[in-house]
Amino acid sequence: MTPSRTAFATILAKDLRAELRTLQSLPAMALFAVTTFVIFRFGLDRTSLSGSLASGVLWATLLFAALLGVNRLFVSEREEGGFDAIRLAPIDRSALFAAKATALFAYLVVLELVVVPIFALFFLGSGAALGPLLAVLVLADLGIAATGTLISSMAVHSRARDLLGPLVLLPLVVPLMIAATGATEPLLAAGGPGYHRFGTWLAVLSLYDLIFLLVGYAVFDFLLED
Amino acid sequence: MLSLLAGAPALPLDEAGKYVAGAYVVFLVLIVVYVAIMAGKLQRMERELRELAGFAESRTNGAAAGSDREEVSADV
Amino acid sequence: MYGKGLRPLSIATVVAIAAALSLVFFYAPLDADQGFIQKIFYLHVPLAITALIGFVVGGVFAIFHLRSGDRRWDAWSYVCIHMSVIFGVAVLITGSIWAKASWGHWWVWDEPTLVSFLIVFLMYATYYPFRYAIEDPERQARYASVFAVTAGAFVPLNFMAVRMAQSLVHPRTFGTANGGLPGSMMLTFLVCLAAVALLWLTLIKLELTAKSTSGQLKRLRRALDAPPRGAGSSRIAPEVS
Repeated sequence: MTPSRTAFATILAKDLRAELRTLQSLPAMALFAVTTFVIFRFGLDRTSLSGSLASGVLWATLLFAALLGVNRLFVSEREEGGFDAIRLAPIDRSALFAAKATALFAYLVVLELVVVPIFALFFLGSGAALGPLLAVLVLADLGIAATGTLISSMAVHSRARDLLGPLVLLPLVVPLMIAATGATEPLLAAGGPGYHRFGTWLAVLSLYDLIFLLVGYAVFDFLLED
Repeated sequence: MLSLLAGAPALPLDEAGKYVAGAYVVFLVLIVVYVAIMAGKLQRMERELRELAGFAESRTNGAAAGSDREEVSADV
Repeated sequence: MYGKGLRPLSIATVVAIAAALSLVFFYAPLDADQGFIQKIFYLHVPLAITALIGFVVGGVFAIFHLRSGDRRWDAWSYVCIHMSVIFGVAVLITGSIWAKASWGHWWVWDEPTLVSFLIVFLMYATYYPFRYAIEDPERQARYASVFAVTAGAFVPLNFMAVRMAQSLVHPRTFGTANGGLPGSMMLTFLVCLAAVALLWLTLIKLELTAKSTSGQLKRLRRALDAPPRGAGSSRIAPEVS
């Protein structure tokens, strides 16, 4: 394996192992999401959701839960000198970006595996939409992983770290959310899953992912300069 | 041109005029506010420059005064 | 030397603005559907186009900064983004006035371009707290450039996504305003665009000149060994010297 790929694998493994051992992010994210569902149940005064309401509740909740994970992503690097280690190593520094983005992607997928069925349980009539919804979730997760990693790596060096990350990230993911909710709304329609413009929205999601994965990968080197 | 005017405007002309005027006024106000902010910066720079000029002058005067004093004491 | 050329540029701007205003109010014909309200477009749309190009230009300067490490590019990038945010405020206010005049509400979600612009504005509004939160000046400049590049990539994506989200029921109003423009309206529009663009350039130059002068004063102060001024410089606006 080239040094960069070794570095990528090592960092990714370290992150996943740390998360498995300490469980500092995932349970919090999941609990946050489920509690938010309960708040929506009472806030909207509804016991079942469909169409645009369901889509909105689901994606808003997932997004805010994701922000919790994004905030914690680089904390260990910051506190234990991981940034310096990468800087000194003779590898492509974008390996850190790739590893962290993959880790965040993994957290989001696990989060959704737990939370989306609960959402279906709470609010949806049937689980028929969950299959195609998976495609939307995966593509959206890629986008959040790319932008979240990029922003988080900068926010971690700032004073108001937990504030800055969400502040900058939220407008940035608006196009992603537009596409994700656009695809999800017909899927969760009351009469059964619909696929109105499903392919188009997936294409938009893919474009977003591609662009920000590339941007993140390209600029990450500059972020790590000292 | 008259044929275009023949189509009734969406709002009566005097009402519409207020909105159009409002938009252009906003534009003007923003520019003037910017000018005012720049004027403030210019004033501050002028004050600072005056202070620095005074400082530089007092330094050269002080140096001149100092060398005068040295000559006097050397005479004694 | 940033001040050089500022006078001819500002004179050109004044002439252009005078010409533009004259054309808008004395030459351009009245629009068939919108009537007199359509005159707002001659102000609103050039402001929007200029602001958006300004954001992209800010992103380009940010790329120069990242590649060369020369902090001057960061100052240019900052000033471009800063000016475009200010123009953005004007876009949103004039857009809102137009919405009220056309549809009776101070804000409408039906106009995709205006909504897209709002989102872009919100994105770039975070530029200031972002810069403020990063204390080390060199790091701040670098991260700000990364922000400018990322936000630059975001702008076209955003416009595309919002446009697609529009329900197909509402026709695009800007389509009728811009698409089949008769020659006289197009001429007026182009002159207005040129005037606003010149205004933007003049203000950028003015801003850079002010910064440069401020930087020279600092330099002079240091050379004279004068005591440093009590009031510290802005933490976010990059210096030019």
